[in-house]
Amino acid sequence: MQIYRGHVLVCAGTGCVASGSRNVQAEMEKQLEAFNLDKEIKLVETGCHGFCEMGPIVIVYPEGIFYCRVQPEDVKEIVEEHLLKGRPVKRLLFKNQITEEMVPHYKDIDFYKKQNRIVLGNCGFINPENIKEYIARDGYEALAKALTQMTPEQVIEEIKAAGLRGRGGGGFPTGLKWEFARKAPGDKKYVICNADEGDPGAFMDRSILEGDPHALIEGMAIAAYAIGSDEGYIYVRAEYPLAIKRLKIAIAQAHELGLLGEDIFGSGFNFKLNIKEGAGAFVCGEETALIASIEGRRGEPRVRPPFPANKGLWGKPSNVNNVETFANVPRIIARGSQWFASMGTEKSKGTKVFALTGKVKNTGLAEVTMGITLREIIYDIGGGIIDDKKYKAVQIGGPSGGCIPEELLDLPIDYDSLISAGAMMGSGGLVVMDEDTCMVELARFFLNFTQMESCGKCTPCREGTKIMLDILERITKGEGKEGDIELLQSLAETIKSTSLCGLGQTAPNPVLSTLRYFRDEYEAHIKDKRCPAGACTALASYRILEDKCIGCTSCARVCPAKAISGEVKKPHKIDPAKCIKCGACIETCKFNAIVKQ
Amino acid sequence: MTKNVNITINGQQLTVPEDTTILDAARQIGIDIPTLCHLKDTNEIGVCRVCVVEVKGARNLIPSCITKVTEGMEILTNSPKAREAREMVMNLILATHPKDCLTCDRNSDCELRTLAEKMGIRKVDFGAPVKDLPLDDSNPSIIRDQSKCILCRRCVSVCNEVQKVSAISMINRGISTTVGTAFDKGLEDSPCVFCGQCVNVCPTGALTERFQLREVWEALHDPEKHVVIQTAPAIRVSLGEELGEEPGTIVTGKMVGALRKVGFDKVFDTDFTADLTIMEEGHEFLECLNGNGKLPLLTSCSPGWINYVETFYPEFLDNVSSCKSPQQMFGAVIKTYYAKKFNIDPATIFTVSAMPCTAKKYEANRPEMNSSGYQDVDAVLTTRELGMLIKEAGIDWANVEESQFDEPFGEGTGAGVIFGSSGGVMEAALRTLSEVVTGKELESLDFKDVRGLDGIKEAELTLGGQKLKVAVVNGLGNAKKVMEGLKAKELDYHFVEIMACPGGCIGGGGQPRLSTPEVKQKRMEAIYRADLGLPRRKSHENPAVQELYKEFLEKPLGEKSHHLLHTGYTPKEK
Amino acid sequence: MAIKSPEDLKKIKDEALEEATARINDGTQIMVGMGTCGIAAGAREVMAAIMEEVGKRNLKIAISWTGCIGMCEQEVLVDVIRPGEKRITYGKVTPQVVPRIITEHVINGNIVEDYVVGKLD
Repeated sequence: MQIYRGHVLVCAGTGCVASGSRNVQAEMEKQLEAFNLDKEIKLVETGCHGFCEMGPIVIVYPEGIFYCRVQPEDVKEIVEEHLLKGRPVKRLLFKNQITEEMVPHYKDIDFYKKQNRIVLGNCGFINPENIKEYIARDGYEALAKALTQMTPEQVIEEIKAAGLRGRGGGGFPTGLKWEFARKAPGDKKYVICNADEGDPGAFMDRSILEGDPHALIEGMAIAAYAIGSDEGYIYVRAEYPLAIKRLKIAIAQAHELGLLGEDIFGSGFNFKLNIKEGAGAFVCGEETALIASIEGRRGEPRVRPPFPANKGLWGKPSNVNNVETFANVPRIIARGSQWFASMGTEKSKGTKVFALTGKVKNTGLAEVTMGITLREIIYDIGGGIIDDKKYKAVQIGGPSGGCIPEELLDLPIDYDSLISAGAMMGSGGLVVMDEDTCMVELARFFLNFTQMESCGKCTPCREGTKIMLDILERITKGEGKEGDIELLQSLAETIKSTSLCGLGQTAPNPVLSTLRYFRDEYEAHIKDKRCPAGACTALASYRILEDKCIGCTSCARVCPAKAISGEVKKPHKIDPAKCIKCGACIETCKFNAIVKQ
Repeated sequence: MTKNVNITINGQQLTVPEDTTILDAARQIGIDIPTLCHLKDTNEIGVCRVCVVEVKGARNLIPSCITKVTEGMEILTNSPKAREAREMVMNLILATHPKDCLTCDRNSDCELRTLAEKMGIRKVDFGAPVKDLPLDDSNPSIIRDQSKCILCRRCVSVCNEVQKVSAISMINRGISTTVGTAFDKGLEDSPCVFCGQCVNVCPTGALTERFQLREVWEALHDPEKHVVIQTAPAIRVSLGEELGEEPGTIVTGKMVGALRKVGFDKVFDTDFTADLTIMEEGHEFLECLNGNGKLPLLTSCSPGWINYVETFYPEFLDNVSSCKSPQQMFGAVIKTYYAKKFNIDPATIFTVSAMPCTAKKYEANRPEMNSSGYQDVDAVLTTRELGMLIKEAGIDWANVEESQFDEPFGEGTGAGVIFGSSGGVMEAALRTLSEVVTGKELESLDFKDVRGLDGIKEAELTLGGQKLKVAVVNGLGNAKKVMEGLKAKELDYHFVEIMACPGGCIGGGGQPRLSTPEVKQKRMEAIYRADLGLPRRKSHENPAVQELYKEFLEKPLGEKSHHLLHTGYTPKEK
Repeated sequence: MAIKSPEDLKKIKDEALEEATARINDGTQIMVGMGTCGIAAGAREVMAAIMEEVGKRNLKIAISWTGCIGMCEQEVLVDVIRPGEKRITYGKVTPQVVPRIITEHVINGNIVEDYVVGKLD
C-alpha cells in the first residue's frame, strides 16, 4: 500500500489562517507536484498549535522540524532544499529569544518543552477534518471502554477519583456534577457543552474545537452515558465560524462511522449531538442564560436553585461543562484516574490550558501541569517580557479575575491559591503587563466590558457596574475625587454579594484586585492627577525641554491645536490648556527635546 | 407529603415545611424583610435584590423571597452586612429614578417611596443622571412612563404569564434594559387590550391610567353642563379601600353621598343598565337557541375581552353578543331617553362613569359609541380616580352622610350588582332566563356553581326541557384556553361569560392596588352580600327597566334597542 | 462502514496508522542521504524502494532523509536506527539491497555486515 515517507503539516487554525497559511498550503501543494514529491510527501492540514505568534507554522515529520512565519515565497526553498535534499532551511527555524540559538525540533522549543500537552495533544498534530487521524491516536477507545466495560456509575467514580474540576472558571468537581445529574429523576436528560468562550483574549476552547473536535465529542458521549442522557447540545459562539465548520464535519463523520447515533458500539447506548450558535452575548456563557438561549428565550440567567442538574434545558436534568473539561474525559477514562491524579497539586489535578497574551515575547496557548508557577509560565514558556521591560502584573481570569503582582510570581497555579490571592483561574486567560500599563485603566477596561455585557436583570449589576465605571472613567480622565476609592470599594462589595449571577458577582474583581496591589496608582490619579505608568493620555502632559530645544519651529508647525509658541532659534513652549495630547510634536522633534509625563 | 425542616432566624428556632421561602418563614414569626419586585404567585423571580439576607455558610447574600429553607439553615435578616447591602441596592434604584415625587401621580401609594421610608434611606448620592425615556401616551387607557420604571418585571409577568397577551416584554440589554412592546411602538400599536392588569401591579408611577380628573372637574365647574355619573357594581365594594376602609366594606350609601357633595347633577347606578343588558342579552340568547344566531353566545360587557377577541380570535366575532356593555348602554340612554324625558339638551350632558376598569376608557372612545348622536360616555374614572376625586373635593369621608341613587336610573336589582364578580353575568342571565322560559318562579336564585375566583367554571342545567352547558371564564389566560378549545371543537358550550380580569371586575385594572387573592375574595363576598341585601334580585323585575321598555324601547331586541343598545365589532390587525 | 464493536474500531485504527507512520511510529528510523550527491547516486530510487518495502510489510517505522553526510564516495548512504540500538550506516545501497536491509536488520535485528560503512553510537 502507498505510504508517505514524510508529512508536511501546515497549520490551519484561525490565527495562522489570518496570517496567510492557506496561501502557504496552496503553494506547498503546487511545489510538491512540481518537484514530483507528491507521492512521497503528504500534505496535512492541522488545527492550532498554540504558538500563534510564530504563524504560519509548518512542521515536517518524522523529525518534527518546526518552521515559523512561513510565507508562500519560502515554500519552494523548503520543498527543494529540505523535502528533496534533506537540508532544513535554517532561516525559517525557530530562534530561542534568550540564547538566540536555533531550535530546529518542535519538541526542543522551550515554549513546548515546558508544556504538558494532554488536552492539546492532538492540536497541530492531526487533521481535525479527518476522523481517522483521531482514531489513529487512540480516538474513541475511551468511549468503547466506557460503553462495553464500565457501568455509568463506574464512569462517574473514575472521573471523581481523577479529581477533574470544571475548566470553564468555576472549578466545580466534575464527577460530583455528573452525579447530581445522574441522580436527578427523569427519563430525558441533556448534556450541554459551553463553548461560548467570551473572555476577551481567551482562545483555549477555540483551538480545541478547531484542532481536535472529536475529543469534545467523545467526552460528551461519555458524559451522556454516565448521566443517562441521549442528546447533547454544543453551544458555540457565532464568532467562531471555523470551529462551527469543523464541529459539523466531525459530527457528520462520527455519525457515518456509527460513533454517534443509535446503538453505539453495539451497547444499546444512543447519543445525538446538536450545535446551537450563540448570538453575541457574553452573559450566555453563564449556564442558565445559555440554557435560556438554547430554548429561544432572552439570554438571561435565572435564580438557582433549582440547579440545571435537576431542572435544566426545557425543565429536564442537564449537565453543563466547558470544552476543556470534556476534552479531558476520554484521556482519563483511557489512561485511568490514577494517571490523571498523579499530575498537579492536591486539590487541583491534571493540566490547564492558558492563553498567554499581552506584553510577553511568546504569545499563544500553553498547557501546563497544575502547580507550575506563574514565573515559569511567563519566563520559561513565554520567554519573558517584550523588549525586556519590567514585569508589572498578570491578569488571570479575564474580566472576572484579578491581577498578580511581582511579589506573588512564585504562586503555584491552582484553583484555591489563586482565589486566596484575589484572582481566579477563570477560563485560563493570562494577560501579561509591563511597567507601561496603567492598572487603573486596566480595571476600567475590564469593567467597561462587563458593564456592556450585563444582561440588566438584577439591580446591583445593571446599575452598580455603570456607576463604578463612571467613577473609573472620571479617575482616568483626571477628574477623580476624594472618597472615590472608598465608594468603589463599597459598591464592589455590594455588587459581589448581591448580584444574581456570576457575571455581576465577579465583575468588581479587577477593580478590587488592582486596588489591593496597586492602590498607589489610584491615589496618584486622584490626588496628584498623575498616571504613574504614563498611559492615561488625559493625565499626560507634554513639555519642551528648554536646554535641548533649538527653536527650529518644526513642532509648532505640526501642532494641530496651535498650542506651541516661540521665536525662531529660541526655546519653544507648549500651552497645556490648548494641548490635545496627540503626540505629533514628539514624533516630529529631531532633538528629543519634548517629553511626555 | 412535604416534610418539615428546622431553621433559625435571628436566633429564633422554628419548624416549617421544606418548600417555605425564607421570607414567608420570617413573616410567620413577625419578622418582615423588605421586598420590591416580589408579587406572590405572579412575579417570583428575585431580580431587585432588595430582600437579601445573610445565611451562615453561604458565600453571598441570599434573596429571601425565592430561596426555600433547608434543614439547619441559619438566617440573619438584619446583620450589618445584609442591611448595608439592602441600603446600597435601594440607593442604586433611587439613583436614576426621577425626583418629582411631589407632583407624581403615585406619590400617595408608591411602593418605592414607602420602601425608602421604611428602610430609612436618607441620602441618594451617586451623581448618576436620572432616567429620561419617552412617555407612551398613545392610547386612551394606559400611560407608560419608562423613566419611572424600576424593572421589577411584574407587568411583564402579568401580561405574559397570567393574561397571556404578551404585548410587553423586556427589551434591550444591560443599563438600557426597559419594558417595551415589539419594535418599541406605543401600546396603541401593539396587541395590548388595555385590561390594565399591568397598571394594577406596578409599584411606581411607571404605569398609570390616563387620568381624566381635570376633564371631570372642568365639566363640574361649567354651569352650562349637566354632569351625571354612573357607578359600576364593583365600585361599591372597593372604593372604601381608597379611603381607609377594610376590603369588602359595602360603601354604596356613602359613595352616593360623597358624589353628591362633589357636585354631580345626578348620581346613577350602572346596575340599572346591567339589568337592561340582561333583558337584551337574555332574549338574544333565546334567539340563538332557536337557531337565529351562533352558539356558543359569548358575553360582551368586558371591553378588555372585546379587544382580545378582536385581536386574537376574530373568527369568533359572530359569536359575541351584540349587546353593548352596561356603561355604554347607559351613555346612549342618558343622551336620548333621559334628555327627552327631563327636557335637557343632550349637547349639554356630560356623562361620567366610575369603573373598576382601564379598558372602559378605550371603550368610551370607540368611534361607533355615539349612537345617541353624541359621544355616549364622555369620561371614565377608575376606582382609584374616584377616590382621588373625593379627596380633592375635600370631603370628610368618615362622616359623609349616606344617600340614595337618583331616579329614574338609581334602581338596580341584585342580579345587576353581581355583574361585578366573575359568574355574575351568567347567574343574572340564568335567573331571568329560567323564569322567562319556564314561566315559573325560581325557588332558589343562587347558582353557586358559577361563583368564585376560579379561572374556568362549568355548569350544566336544564332550561325548558333543554340541557344547557355554560362556562364562566375570568382572566385572559383562561379565555385563551377556552377559545382554543372552541376552535379545536374540543369544547362545546351554549353560553360563555368571559371577563378579561382575573376574578372579574372586582379584580379589574382600575381597582385599588394591590388586588391580592385575599382582597379579591373579600370584595367578591361583599358583592354577594349586597345581592342578598337588595329587595329585588331578578333583572326583569326592575321597575325602571320595565318603564324604559314601556315608554321608549318597546321591547327587547326591538328597533330602538338595536340602534342604541347594540353594536358591532372589527378585527384588529396587530 | 459502521463501527459496531471495539474490534471494528481497532481495524480502522490500524488502517489509519498505516498512513500516519511519519508521525506515529515505533521509533525505528531509516534515514536516506538525499543531498545533491546522494540524489545523483540514485538516492530517490533507493527511497522509492524503501517506501515500497515498508508499505508492503505494513511496518510502523519512520522514514526520513538528510542532506549530505559527507561520505560522498559511499553514496547512496542509508542509516538504520532501531530504538535503543546503535545507528548503523550502510553505503553503496541500491534498490536491490533494500529488501535485505529491511528484512534482516530492521525487522529481525541482524546487521547486513557486507554493506556497513560505519557504526555510530
